[in-house]
Amino acid sequence: MNWNDWLPLLLIASSLIPGLIIFGLAEQRVRLRTTLNLSGSVINLLLVGWMLWGVYHGQHFETRLPLLPGLDLVLRAGPLSLLFVTLSAVLWLLTTIYAIGYLEGSPHRSRFFGFFSLCVSATIGVAMSGNLITFLLFYELLTLATYPLIVHRGTEAARHAGKIYLRYTLIGGGLLMFATVWLYTLTGTLEFTPQGFLHALGDEHRPALVMIFILLIAGLGVKAALIPLHGWLPLAMIAPAPVSALLHAVAVVKAGAFGIVRVVYDVFGINFATDLGVTAPLAWLAAFTILYASMRALYQDDLKRRLAFSTISQVSYITLGVAIAGPMAAIGGVVHLVHQGLMKITLFFCAGNLAETLGIHKISEMDGVGQRMPWTMAAFTIGVFGMIGAPPTAGFITKWYLGMGALEAGQSWVIWVLVGSSLLNAAYFLPILHRVWFRKPPEHWPEERCFGRQETAWMLLLPPIVTALLALGVGLIAATAFSPLAWAKLIAEREGL
Amino acid sequence: MSIAILYALVGIGLFCLGVYALMIHAHLLRKILALNIMGSGVFMVLLALAGRTEITPDPVPAAMVITGIVVAVSATALALALMLKINAITGRAELNDAEEK
Amino acid sequence: MGDFLLTIPWAVVLILLPLVGAIACFLWPKKVNQLGLITLGGVFLSVVGLGAWLLENGVYHHAVGGWNAPLGIQLYADGLSLVMLGITALVGVAVSVYATAYFDRSQSERFWPLWLFLLTALNALFLSADIFNLYVTLELLGLSAVALVALGGGKAALNGAMRYLLASLLGSLLFLFGVALLYHTYGSLDLAMLSEQVESTPTVWMALGLMSAGLLLKTALFPLHFWLPPAHASAFSPISALLSALVVKASFYLLLRLWLEIFWPISGSVAGLFGVLGVMAILWGSLQALRQTRVKMLVAYSTVAQIGYLFLAFPLAMGAGVTAWNAVIYLAISHALAKAAMFMAAGNLLRFGGHDRIADLDQLAQRLPLTIAAFALAGVSFIGLPPSGGFIGKWLLLEAALMQGRWDLAVVMVLGGILAAMYIFKVLGYAFTEASKPSKVKTVPVRMEWAALLLASGAILLGFLAPLILPLLAIGTPFDAFSGNEEIMP
Repeated sequence: MNWNDWLPLLLIASSLIPGLIIFGLAEQRVRLRTTLNLSGSVINLLLVGWMLWGVYHGQHFETRLPLLPGLDLVLRAGPLSLLFVTLSAVLWLLTTIYAIGYLEGSPHRSRFFGFFSLCVSATIGVAMSGNLITFLLFYELLTLATYPLIVHRGTEAARHAGKIYLRYTLIGGGLLMFATVWLYTLTGTLEFTPQGFLHALGDEHRPALVMIFILLIAGLGVKAALIPLHGWLPLAMIAPAPVSALLHAVAVVKAGAFGIVRVVYDVFGINFATDLGVTAPLAWLAAFTILYASMRALYQDDLKRRLAFSTISQVSYITLGVAIAGPMAAIGGVVHLVHQGLMKITLFFCAGNLAETLGIHKISEMDGVGQRMPWTMAAFTIGVFGMIGAPPTAGFITKWYLGMGALEAGQSWVIWVLVGSSLLNAAYFLPILHRVWFRKPPEHWPEERCFGRQETAWMLLLPPIVTALLALGVGLIAATAFSPLAWAKLIAEREGL
Repeated sequence: MSIAILYALVGIGLFCLGVYALMIHAHLLRKILALNIMGSGVFMVLLALAGRTEITPDPVPAAMVITGIVVAVSATALALALMLKINAITGRAELNDAEEK
Repeated sequence: MGDFLLTIPWAVVLILLPLVGAIACFLWPKKVNQLGLITLGGVFLSVVGLGAWLLENGVYHHAVGGWNAPLGIQLYADGLSLVMLGITALVGVAVSVYATAYFDRSQSERFWPLWLFLLTALNALFLSADIFNLYVTLELLGLSAVALVALGGGKAALNGAMRYLLASLLGSLLFLFGVALLYHTYGSLDLAMLSEQVESTPTVWMALGLMSAGLLLKTALFPLHFWLPPAHASAFSPISALLSALVVKASFYLLLRLWLEIFWPISGSVAGLFGVLGVMAILWGSLQALRQTRVKMLVAYSTVAQIGYLFLAFPLAMGAGVTAWNAVIYLAISHALAKAAMFMAAGNLLRFGGHDRIADLDQLAQRLPLTIAAFALAGVSFIGLPPSGGFIGKWLLLEAALMQGRWDLAVVMVLGGILAAMYIFKVLGYAFTEASKPSKVKTVPVRMEWAALLLASGAILLGFLAPLILPLLAIGTPFDAFSGNEEIMP
């Protein structure tokens, strides 16, 4: 028995078991619940750190359990998995702190934190899946674990949002399952392999493979909110702010994008997919999503809705990077998994702070809020600059690599998409900053709560500041060996790009 | 036509008659009777077929019929008891499709 | 000690024990709960014993009283019987524990003997090896099931019971007619003997038609499902759980056995027909479930839909053999666990709020979390979401369909899952919201909540147990007769 064989399972257990215990806790056991939550995420982080070190030095971490005749449940920690796992682990810790502060005194917290942990376990499972059936398993588990979070408030609107969310995701899941089984009947294996496992298949299967690719992308595109499959996302904003933050930055949307990366690289293989002619349409779809969603964002007055459309647009950078099919662009796309996560979660934390502290939900109410909540708004500003792609933030690194990659692959039209999107990002974000910093604050805020000398509770303030600093930091240290960018390069190298 | 075949045909006839009656009559007693007639039809077929060996009749079908009759009697008893209950509650010995409010 | 255990004729114990228990419950009505639970415990252990025997020695044969076929009664058990017996015992134990809290004194005095008779019939059915015995067990099963439905006592329950009785008797008589024809042709009642002799003659065709029709009626396959929703929805909840989870499966099992042993060489086109009816059942049952406003009716229609899946195996088995059969057995046992759990959960809702109107479920996710969790977990298995037994079953079935290019069936399977999700989450969604008019609430005994939850968790757990259960199912290779095309199987 080897420790490395069980580490991936242990990693999932470190968030799953606290979650299950929390379900059984009475509502008023606040301290025990907090301890469980935090110790779970700290253990999680330690395990991730160990595995990062191990993978960097070429070790293998793989758990394999039989599931069906000929099919195993495989959890494997490769470089790509660990990128996503690290992101989840870090942001889970921060979001947990934030959620504890955000939900203080509100009802049903045991249920909330239980599903929250379940959600993170599912995300980690998605990240570490070593084959398509394992991926499917955790992907659907994620759907189920997020539903109670979306309807958490128990209002009629929440129930409606939950219904729409399920309608999209379960149909997506159905397509995914269909395609997966189809693929299995053709190949007899579903194991993720660098450069894919399909190129050995005969030419007569090509039409079927194209169809499978379309079905897979449709199934994954629902969660990745590719247009026109994005309809659930703005509605899901009804959920409490920590949930929106997690949904957008890490869990659901990213799981979809990550799935697309997996399908293109490890199921079809980028060369084979290009050969099949399916990557170009995917790139167009991603580009269209980027531009169209930015356009829609322009017209939203509700802050969280504007951020939601911005998410739709930003996540498609990942898809775009993958679909351009060059090593540089791939690095840009993959690293955006982390960059977008850090930046977007900052923005959502800040939006939550505004709602919780001052009762602000709309952009038109944000006049002069920078004077009342300077730290929150400073974090927000960093996030915004990242989104626009201003150097030296994380967003700039992404766009630089995407642009270079597009030129390298001879697809210069992508540059125009990037420019257009940056302009649109500026157009819908900069006016907010203008309001925040340069307009006069109103006499009264909609619903102000007092937190003594601080602008808001420290548990609400700390997470956005940390994530903002991280978003700035990963841009500044991009050239060093410890940055996400360096890791993305490692991924590209090990994937044999 | 041998006696056995005649018995078998009559049995089939009874069975069909029973199915028909079961379908068209609303009154529960008639439905229960129809089921009994169907049962008798099947038993006749079974008995008739017992005579297919020329010399000694096959004992197995007779055993089956006796078991079958026992089962039919208990089923009929249960059905009649149910019918009486329904009659006591609704005042009619018929199936009532209206949803209970 | 181990050797001694292996010498006990477990199959006989499995039939006699619940029978004796039932009679004991009649004789000592004061002690029904204890007697019943002891019996169930014994039955459960006997299944384990039989399982151990089968693993050691392969197929089990027992001639009762030393009389061999054709005159004596033969008992027979292979992997398929074992799995069905096991799931019966498991669901039985859970329902029994639930029932001890659910029924009051006088109700439980009537419930226990009937339920133990039902269990006797079920066990005997899964162990019988000749077609006349199967008829008798089928009749016993029907009669005790009808009596259980009638226990409800209200107008709806009595009506449901009567309808059920008429359908059930008609089904048994059709079956018996088929038995008569087969006996006439081959002079034998033993399944194994028949399977060696059967050939395609008009008489056999007629027997096939009659027996299949009778069993389809009892299994409530669309369009013969009309009796099921009223009977299952109006009975007491633990009884609904038993009927939907086990009784319907028993007639399906019987149909499966007949096909595997006798009819498979002659029945290609009928298999296609079964497939079509299965498809209609999935779609019609799901749509009807979606239209219901009461939880129990919804759950009952979901049974109609889920039965449809079981029949998809018949057309698929022609080309995919064992995979298709494994798939339906897996679906059947997951459905048994999940459906029993779901009916118990519905019973808890009824007990709690005094009604089961879906739109008025008042914040139950918070007030009755274990029950709602049970409902949700069971629902996950119906939808076929991983990880659950339903997922494994659906995966295998989908694999069998796509392997031979049956796109139509594959699409229906996926569609059925989505429809199931719609009706399950219709209930769950309302469990989170506040009702417009709050109703008075009663407490639900903890035992009832946990029984439902544990059973539902079992359905989820089945999602990880395929490597254990599929080999068990292969004992005595019950599906070998059907997989004439071994080249597909690895």
